[in-house]
Amino acid sequence: MSALTLTLKYRPDQRVDMSPLVCQHLQDKDPAEIAAIELQSGKCKLRVDALFKLSGSDTQNIIIRNSFEKLDFIGKELDGGNIIVEGDAGAYLGLGMKSGEIKVTGNAGLYAGCEMKKGYLEIAGNTGDFLGGALPGNKMGMKGGLILVKGNAGERVGDHLRRGTILIEGNAGDYCGSRMTAGTIAIMGKTGRYLGYAMRRGTLLLWHPPILSASFNDCGTHTLAFLPMLFKAFSSINSRFAESSAAFNRVQRYAGDMAEMGRGEILVKK
Amino acid sequence: MIINGVTIDATFAEAFPMKATRAIITAQNEKWALIAAQAMTGFATSVIACGCEAGIERTLSPDETPDGRPGVAVMMFAMGGKTLAKQLETRAGQCVLTSPTSALFAGIDGGIRIALGKNLRYFGDGFQISKVIAGKRYWRVPVMDGEFLTEATTGQVEAVGGGNFLVLAESQPQALAACEAAIEAMRKIPNVIMPFPGGVVRSGSKVGSKYKTLNASTNDAFCPTLKGMTKTDLSPEIESVMEIVIDGLTKEDIALAMRVGIQAVCDLGAAKGIKRISAGNYGGKLGPFHFHLQEIMA
Repeated sequence: MSALTLTLKYRPDQRVDMSPLVCQHLQDKDPAEIAAIELQSGKCKLRVDALFKLSGSDTQNIIIRNSFEKLDFIGKELDGGNIIVEGDAGAYLGLGMKSGEIKVTGNAGLYAGCEMKKGYLEIAGNTGDFLGGALPGNKMGMKGGLILVKGNAGERVGDHLRRGTILIEGNAGDYCGSRMTAGTIAIMGKTGRYLGYAMRRGTLLLWHPPILSASFNDCGTHTLAFLPMLFKAFSSINSRFAESSAAFNRVQRYAGDMAEMGRGEILVKK
Repeated sequence: MIINGVTIDATFAEAFPMKATRAIITAQNEKWALIAAQAMTGFATSVIACGCEAGIERTLSPDETPDGRPGVAVMMFAMGGKTLAKQLETRAGQCVLTSPTSALFAGIDGGIRIALGKNLRYFGDGFQISKVIAGKRYWRVPVMDGEFLTEATTGQVEAVGGGNFLVLAESQPQALAACEAAIEAMRKIPNVIMPFPGGVVRSGSKVGSKYKTLNASTNDAFCPTLKGMTKTDLSPEIESVMEIVIDGLTKEDIALAMRVGIQAVCDLGAAKGIKRISAGNYGGKLGPFHFHLQEIMA
């Protein structure tokens, strides 16, 4: 049984809500039923077969081809199964994802992996603001799972992060790790201003020395036993984080944000 | 049955169900991992008065441990799950947390989850940090030598305790030499521990006593100095008896350990003063697991 493949026929002017097209909603549906599903696009509703050419029937493995930045809510609350997005994804990619895998070959928009609970989200390109964050007004961002971004991430990465791991091979924008409650964010590239702003707990793991706010205090240089285990856990993913040369256990430790609870830490490779 | 001049008695060892767990202790080097493991498994020879039975299962090379450092696997056995959990927590807190450079990890992934470092984290006084790595929760507790890293829980499983055999020899040095040979061979068997000092017990017990406050007392039938005073199980040439007690995760593990141990004793043979192999039981009334010596050695 080949993967259910949705090939975009044209690029609509309005954004499209792709949330009905997740594996658990399509289970036990035949191709005709899937084709008849209506997707919200602006004020209109579009049938799936009006927007996509359909092939394959394995609803637990979905491929979205010719995807572009206006396809929002891809993999919303995904609960098992795999989604591959060939091209760019819009906003709210993997919103509230519960389990399963999403891989995007291009870029992703705002709020990717937002309030994600479990599973694996991989973005080969860049991603917008609030990666793994919380929806506006909500107090809890990502609560579990793993997000890998191979490019750069926007501002407010891991805003209100509660649990889980975010790996960024490129750079991260301002306010990275803001208001974190726990969890881990690792950034191989550079970070912007206000790193860890108002973070309560959690770990920011950096390869490059950051611009630190005055509310982070130097705790000295240390060899930490948990770091080799953390890197070992990344060894199976398709990433530079999996390379043995990426691993280290000697870090400069900064504690903060002292303007908040101050139990968070920024660990910088020595 | 006679092996190399050693008589294998037509009797059986009687064992009973226990709860077991395993923990992995790592440290900067094997020396310090062993020190922590020895402390943790100290005073844990018998549930009669120690609360649990514990021992070192084996040493682990760096590629076998979660944090890539030299380590030691320790196993603990108790009659009930609550006792086991309490003993584990107390011993981990007093013996491993305190030991320089140590880290503590689960040695059993399945089973009922019991606290390993879950409560030790409070030693961190609010500075402790939780990390979930590959689905497992760990605690980083700040201590004076750096950080104590511990997994939150380990697994508790059903197990078997009290497997045993007795080595009957012509002299005390010969009995001890035979037991040392047996222990050396048995330590290569996974999933078992021999909880007594050096794996050997010289004070095997029987159930009950003439003193009402004691529920166990010396096994007079196997005491060589009482041959003329009690209903003895010893022939005139036997001058010393020593016992090896085995706790294991399954009855198959214990049977294998017994077989390997008895074989090592028999390899020394009658020429080295070993006369008989026997076993301790309570007439089959106490424990559901019976290890018949002649079946094991067949």
